[in-house]
Amino acid sequence: MIQMTAEAAQATRTEPVVEMSGVSVSFPGVKALQSVGITLRPGEVHALMGENGAGKSTLIKALTGVYAIDEGTIIVSGEPRTFHSPAESQAAGISTVYQEVNLCTNLTVAENMLLGREPRSLGRIDTRAMNRRAGETLTRLGLDIDPRSQLGSHPIAIQQLVAIARAVDIDAELLILDEPTSSLDADEVAKLFEVMRTLRAEGVAIVFVSHFLEQVFEISDRMTVLRNGQFVGEYVTAETTQLQLVQAMIGRELETLEKIEQEAEEHTVKTQGAPLLEVLQLGRKGSVEAVDLQVFEGEVIGVAGLLGSGRTELARLLFGADSADTGNMQMRAKQTKLRTPRQAIDHKIAFSSENRRSEGVIADLSIADNMVLALQASRGWMRPIPAKTKERLVSKYIEALDIRPANPQALMRNLSGGNQQKVLLARWLITEPELLILDEPTRGIDIGAKAQIQQLVADLAKDGLSVVFISAELEEVLRLSDRLVVMRDRRKIDERPNDNVSVSDVLEIIAGEVRADA
Amino acid sequence: MRNLAKHALFWPLFALALLLVVNVVATPSFFSIRVQDGHLYGSLIDILRNGAPTLLIALGMTLVIATRGIDLSVGAIVAIAAAVACTYMAGAPDESSAGRAIVAMSMAVGVCILLGLWNGFLVSVLGIQPIIATLVLMTAGRGLAMLITDGQIITVNNALFKKVGAGFVLGLPVAILIALAVFAITAVLTRRTALGMLIESVGINPEASRLAGVRARTITWTVYVFVAFCAGIAGLMIASNTSAADANSAGLWIELDAILAVVIGGTSLAGGRFSLTGTLIGAMFIQTLATTIPTIGIPAETNYLFKAIVVIVVCLLQSPKARAVLNVRRSSPRLAKGTAA
Repeated sequence: MIQMTAEAAQATRTEPVVEMSGVSVSFPGVKALQSVGITLRPGEVHALMGENGAGKSTLIKALTGVYAIDEGTIIVSGEPRTFHSPAESQAAGISTVYQEVNLCTNLTVAENMLLGREPRSLGRIDTRAMNRRAGETLTRLGLDIDPRSQLGSHPIAIQQLVAIARAVDIDAELLILDEPTSSLDADEVAKLFEVMRTLRAEGVAIVFVSHFLEQVFEISDRMTVLRNGQFVGEYVTAETTQLQLVQAMIGRELETLEKIEQEAEEHTVKTQGAPLLEVLQLGRKGSVEAVDLQVFEGEVIGVAGLLGSGRTELARLLFGADSADTGNMQMRAKQTKLRTPRQAIDHKIAFSSENRRSEGVIADLSIADNMVLALQASRGWMRPIPAKTKERLVSKYIEALDIRPANPQALMRNLSGGNQQKVLLARWLITEPELLILDEPTRGIDIGAKAQIQQLVADLAKDGLSVVFISAELEEVLRLSDRLVVMRDRRKIDERPNDNVSVSDVLEIIAGEVRADA
Repeated sequence: MRNLAKHALFWPLFALALLLVVNVVATPSFFSIRVQDGHLYGSLIDILRNGAPTLLIALGMTLVIATRGIDLSVGAIVAIAAAVACTYMAGAPDESSAGRAIVAMSMAVGVCILLGLWNGFLVSVLGIQPIIATLVLMTAGRGLAMLITDGQIITVNNALFKKVGAGFVLGLPVAILIALAVFAITAVLTRRTALGMLIESVGINPEASRLAGVRARTITWTVYVFVAFCAGIAGLMIASNTSAADANSAGLWIELDAILAVVIGGTSLAGGRFSLTGTLIGAMFIQTLATTIPTIGIPAETNYLFKAIVVIVVCLLQSPKARAVLNVRRSSPRLAKGTAA
């Protein structure tokens, strides 16, 4: 390890593999990159850091020829280049491995590695030579994978490594790994890092994009930080602390989170009298077993539980996205039955789904249309929202939620995840709900937007809105909620006031049930 | 926004203009419109009148396609509308009375609305893929029309009925007026209310729309009824023009023309954003093409060949690959400038 770092240090003196400077890229209504530069040297792992929407992916796509650049230069091995397609950049020795493995699971490992470059004899694919060559590359990387096995028979982690092996086989001088570790467990990450170190020792330049700070500090030699499409700085990893990095990435948001927590602790709810919403034995076959739940006005109910615990299914029942087949529901002490989302909306309930892309965003409509969709739907098609009202609402929420770009006509598809999420929140806030159900509102968005959204939830609760807040991130749930509901195996297993409950307490509740079952 | 719409309609308009120029070169009197007995006559009027049925159906088809659907059965519905109206009128003692014609036409339109309800039910309630769901009626419908007419060509003699396809009001053919009226009503209904946005939102992401409270199912169902209604009116026009119902050939392949008109007009078959004006231009383009071919001395039978060429060009323009190539071409000068700077 030490030896390798020394090697890396030596390599920095050699000519960079890629040097990008002053690169700007814009989409209709969005400036994705503004005069950004990055220098990638051989034998070095270079972490590209920033929140979602900071411009990391755009920078990678600008380099590999997916996007055309508006300004700036890209110098590859000393020569200015312009790539018009990923194939061209690949021919120049730049290989990219994306988060989702873009390989054919029905082909063998060797076939995948040499797809399009199969060794041939007499016009036919020479399977033996192919397996041999793939095997050699895999061995070189220290991977014990049978090249003849079907790719689909391996877990995602191995598929990811095969994708890297494929890139290596192309003789990449620069290997770009875009969030390769997001779906890997610790052992798999260790394996990936071994391969990365092998490649680094061979003089390959590696770009590593990851949201996991510890991993970045473990593997990278150098870091470039982007924020809002702008270059913040280049740092040598060994001379930088995690705190410095986080501050470079998010600026002021750290304080915000601390403030929210303090506010949420001071926030009190009257749990006397009739609750806003009360469900008794609400359940649905194969989805959630009978749940009892009360939500009071201005109360934030945090729902914790692992994936598949029934937390999302519960939210869908409360909103009528799925209809319940047992139990009953009372809204303001009035008997209510929800069969469609529309009925829930009429009862002033709002629900933001965890699947932002497939169940929230209308990609080809503008920010403005996306925002007013729910209100418009409940008014009915015959009563369009007057243009002036629409304009007022939209600009109010763009400003209040700090949505970028602040252009109501920008298409939703061109927004970053965090901004899309804010538009979707605005869609619901515009309907003036009394109960807001948020399922993973902060998933896959950057720390800055996460902090803003949590602040918003805290503020809304203070103003009397009731919130059901579901998140896989227990810290978030605990930071915001007044009362905590824990789900497991499609059942509610615990409910308690959130008085100094810690993350490990919650984990124990979840795990405790496992022990009780066994 | 407005700039974008202009841009989107640029190519369809350009193609239409090009065709018109070809016509003027071939027949210098192409643009001349005569007044005869207080009626307007001329090539342009003919194109508009003959294109009216296609335009009507294309308007309905635009909304169906915007919801990610397609309706292949409109040709068969045209035949059924013609068959129902003519069979009801023919042979009745009051065959030529206005009352008979009104009842006949109402019945025909009513049947078409029922057929639209059927299609919409299959697609929106049962969730059958639109292309399959409407294929059922496409094949069965023409048979149904044959059954109604007993396999005969039914001719009728009714002055009011004749007016729908061949009559004139205020000097203009009634068919054109009907088509333009439906165009105007559709435009107002979709763009002056929120209907257009809701249709687009359902077409882009049905589940997200449902969760936002949009009645996605009702909207999808309604557009199939609407296109069937349009096809019914078109069927009456076609039957009226010849005073006969020919179950075999009425509206044959008109679904393809309608789809083509929608696509030429810039509405993507993938659903979502739609343009009624684009469809209007698309329908006019197809009709003008059909007129141009015999005019410049090419046998009219080869019409399909030219339509095929149009289809290929449109497909190329819509394919992401071809667009990427065009985009790269367009942006490379920009890049060159960037690198020089």
